[in-house]
Amino acid sequence: MSRDRSAGILTAAFVALLVGGAFLPRWAMFLIDISLCYGIVVLGMMLLMRTGLVSFGHGLYYCLGAYAAGTLEPFFGVADVGLMVLSAVAVTAAASALLALLLRKYRDIFFAMLSLALSMILYGLLVKTSALGSSDGFNVSVRTLFGFVIGGTDYERRAIFATTVVVAWICAMLMHRYLQSQRGRLAGAIRDNELRVEYMGASVANTIHVNYVISAVLAGVGGALAAASVGHIDPEMAYWTTSGEFVFVGILSGTGSVAAPFLGAAIFETIRSTAYEYSPNTWQMTLGITMLVVIMFLPGGLWSLFTRWRKAA
Amino acid sequence: MQRRRLLSGAALAFAVLAALSAAQSQAQDKPIRIGLVTFLSGPASGPFGVPAKVAAEAIVESLNAGRAPAPYNSKGFAGTPLEMVIIDEAGGATKQVAEYRNLVQRQEVDFVIGYISSGDCLAIAPVAEELKKLTVLFDCGTPRIFEEGAYRYVFRTRAHATMDAVGGALYLLEQMPALKTYAGINQNYAWGQDSWNDWTAVLSVLRPEARALTSQMPKFGAGQYGAEISALSQSGAEVIHSSLWGGDLEAFMLQAVPRQLFKNKRLVLIAGEPNLHRLVGNIPDGTIVGARGPHGVFAPETPLNAWLREIYKAATGLDPNYPAYSVAQAFLGLKAAYEKARLDKIRNAIPMGAAKGVKEEMEKAYAAPAAEEVAAALEGLTFEGPSGKVMMRLGKGHQAVQGTAYGTTRTVGGQVLVENVRHYPVERVQPPEGVTSVDWIKGGMKPGKW
Amino acid sequence: MGQLLAVAIDGLNYASWLFIIAVGLTLIYGVMKILNIAHGSLYALGAYAAASLAGYWLNTGRAPMGSYGMLLLAAVLVGLIAGPVIERGLLRFMYGKEEIVLVLVTYAVFLILEDFIKLAWGVDPLFIAQPYGLLGSFSIAGLTYPVYNLVLMAVAIVIGCLLAWVMARTRRGKMLIAVIHDREMAAASGINVALVYFLTFTVGAMLGAMGGALTAPMISMQPGIGAETIVLAFAVVVIGGLGSLPGAALAAVLVGLVRSAAVHYRPELDLFSIYLVMAIVLIARPKGLFTTQEARKI
Repeated sequence: MSRDRSAGILTAAFVALLVGGAFLPRWAMFLIDISLCYGIVVLGMMLLMRTGLVSFGHGLYYCLGAYAAGTLEPFFGVADVGLMVLSAVAVTAAASALLALLLRKYRDIFFAMLSLALSMILYGLLVKTSALGSSDGFNVSVRTLFGFVIGGTDYERRAIFATTVVVAWICAMLMHRYLQSQRGRLAGAIRDNELRVEYMGASVANTIHVNYVISAVLAGVGGALAAASVGHIDPEMAYWTTSGEFVFVGILSGTGSVAAPFLGAAIFETIRSTAYEYSPNTWQMTLGITMLVVIMFLPGGLWSLFTRWRKAA
Repeated sequence: MQRRRLLSGAALAFAVLAALSAAQSQAQDKPIRIGLVTFLSGPASGPFGVPAKVAAEAIVESLNAGRAPAPYNSKGFAGTPLEMVIIDEAGGATKQVAEYRNLVQRQEVDFVIGYISSGDCLAIAPVAEELKKLTVLFDCGTPRIFEEGAYRYVFRTRAHATMDAVGGALYLLEQMPALKTYAGINQNYAWGQDSWNDWTAVLSVLRPEARALTSQMPKFGAGQYGAEISALSQSGAEVIHSSLWGGDLEAFMLQAVPRQLFKNKRLVLIAGEPNLHRLVGNIPDGTIVGARGPHGVFAPETPLNAWLREIYKAATGLDPNYPAYSVAQAFLGLKAAYEKARLDKIRNAIPMGAAKGVKEEMEKAYAAPAAEEVAAALEGLTFEGPSGKVMMRLGKGHQAVQGTAYGTTRTVGGQVLVENVRHYPVERVQPPEGVTSVDWIKGGMKPGKW
Repeated sequence: MGQLLAVAIDGLNYASWLFIIAVGLTLIYGVMKILNIAHGSLYALGAYAAASLAGYWLNTGRAPMGSYGMLLLAAVLVGLIAGPVIERGLLRFMYGKEEIVLVLVTYAVFLILEDFIKLAWGVDPLFIAQPYGLLGSFSIAGLTYPVYNLVLMAVAIVIGCLLAWVMARTRRGKMLIAVIHDREMAAASGINVALVYFLTFTVGAMLGAMGGALTAPMISMQPGIGAETIVLAFAVVVIGGLGSLPGAALAAVLVGLVRSAAVHYRPELDLFSIYLVMAIVLIARPKGLFTTQEARKI
């Protein structure tokens, strides 16, 4: 029963965001917007984590998605949010389908490190590309949303925000369905014991491949939406510290529910932003201590608070 | 005619007096909040971010006390005191955009002065435009900001980086007119790459005979330069160009000097000035250094310069380096624009004698100028900075231009002196409006009309 | 010819530095299965502490040669303080968690120490240059090198040999190998695993700090040196095979030579040379150059 409720709660929350977004001050809207973008990326990380894989290089797809979206305008004159997201999906799906052939053979720390190396190679390539602004990156401007002109209007930010909310909701719902499917349920089994999964007749390699591509596409979608929301992209998105933040949010959230990544991302952004404001000299320390507290006292992530509470009730 | 002019002159004088007295009485009302964004952590904090912050704090204190020399001797901005909200610039463009929105909408600052990293400047400019918040970029260098975009609320009160390469090359060729070969070591990110690209482009125009032998591009923060030093050494180049800064520059010098890299090679440090006092004993005599403008040791002997040196020295015990001059230019430019906007408002108010709504009109005239009004005043403004005249002449009046200067180091008695200083006027080192830096360099750097 | 020689010398110089910064990391991973990101902060702590101590020594007008002692003292002090504090105060509560969670724990420690260093030493770059040039220099292939580079190489070799000897020839070392192979069996046969962990982490921390202390005279300490270094050390350790001492040595030499060749012949490749090596090695040998066989658990 609880699974239906999870989807329902999420839908209700997103409808509330969609309606409430009109009344939010812009700074709050931006924070939520970025949290949702992060949440979408971490949603994909969560799928990988359920499969027993932690990528220290998901910045690769986050960045690739952002660049796939951002380069549409300078190279093809297209500045439509919808097309930007689709372009990110296409590029990250193609790239990850190829790289998964290699990465699906790796586990544990080796998977993490090879992912890291690949994302750092993209970082290096982008830093060397002065046509794309090298390490400074370039600004991404949005003109239309599925053909409707929003660029330069008063509601531009709100329209982008609404798009992010809707896309995040679609991603979460699809992921929810996927996790209930047969292949989706294989993830946990692979994490527990691959050999048994193989003996059962399921293909570990194929499942990991599919899950990897899904998580990469989600990271790309998050990157494209972040590009539209922030209005600027740079190679830093592929740097290992960006990937580290995704892992951080993933652990903070826990893998309990598709709603967890969004909650985790929102809390992460809030902590970070508050720490920036109130202790500009020790915001890293604040993040570090938060992380330790979560790992020590909430090993299942923030989401475990909810399940615990539900069990108690 | 005469009488009318006299009358309007009197009216103006009266208005100014009224404005000043109103300003005095209003002075303690609500301070003007300025958001200052500068590196407080990370590698750029030591040489750039923190000196800028310290300078900003000293400047605000001195301005609030009305102790700055004329024409900046009114308290605060037109009598209203200033207060600052300081934010760390570290963390990349996404975080900076979020923090900028917080600064403007949650902290409700009136103006933003900030940004050292060019990437952050590029990212912030459209957001400033969206939020209609007057934002003064104080230290980033890339010409792309106003060559690729046009903004109403965004200004940069320091000249862009093109002049660093042009001035350095002009100086070098005066010293070594028969230059045949050169090499470079620059960090592998936008600043280092642009710096080297500009440098080779300028030299290929000014001295086509000279060849680039090797371009070393260690990554930012590399720390170890052993192989690079060998490669530079074996290249046999006469001159080494470098835009290294901060800790990377120091590490390079510490490793290169004992290895006698500079025995028969001349070093050009585009951004070496902030490190000079620290490199005593680790910098060869004859090194050509710049301060990315006529700042620091290159600044003229003016009351304004003496003021900045005095308040900075009181705070740190050191002489101000170029980021301190950059931030001073931002504050003084904004102050000049703010006060001009205020006077313009009063001047343009409905003349006395108009019977209806005098009170309302006067109140409106004496209200604090809006961002649009200050922006209009700053556009195309020429103001005095501690390093001389600053003209807002590029990017439709939003981008400052200034001449630049270079000199040669000599270590005497535990101090690095800069000698043979040469100043280069604006027209020799900056492209005129409407021409991009790249095109101007390729086109032979023809002096524009200023 | 001169250039080839320079590539080799520069490569080996760099390799010895890489080995010194990576050896503690691989030791800790080998024994405790913790990929210690905080190693980067220990490196930075060692470097800052060395600069402060040696700076104090030189400023008080003592014999300059003593500054080398100060470098070592700094490494030992940082190792003896930070190692036990991190291991006893934090890590021991985390044993048994997944490897990746432990990575994050050390990442948290890294973040905390980064700010700690900033609070303790400020953000201004800091350097002590004298010890680098104090031993004089020598010329080879038309290039001048400080003798200090040779010292670094010697230190790398000594540390490598010493660790190898301890592991292979002493009782403690054999206990260590037992713990590496099977923690539970080792505990069952009476080995004090907690003590082994404690000692390993302390020695590993000391080696990390030593890397920083020995680098201190060549660089200018600035915020972020830990982050730059840890990624390099990771790459070396992963290429060599996690936990393998000879692997780390070979990887350091490989990366050192590749990077040096890149700098001399194709400087534009320098930025990603190390990641290319890492990707290529991992593609060819998924678990790095040297690996131990693992039993499959059904």
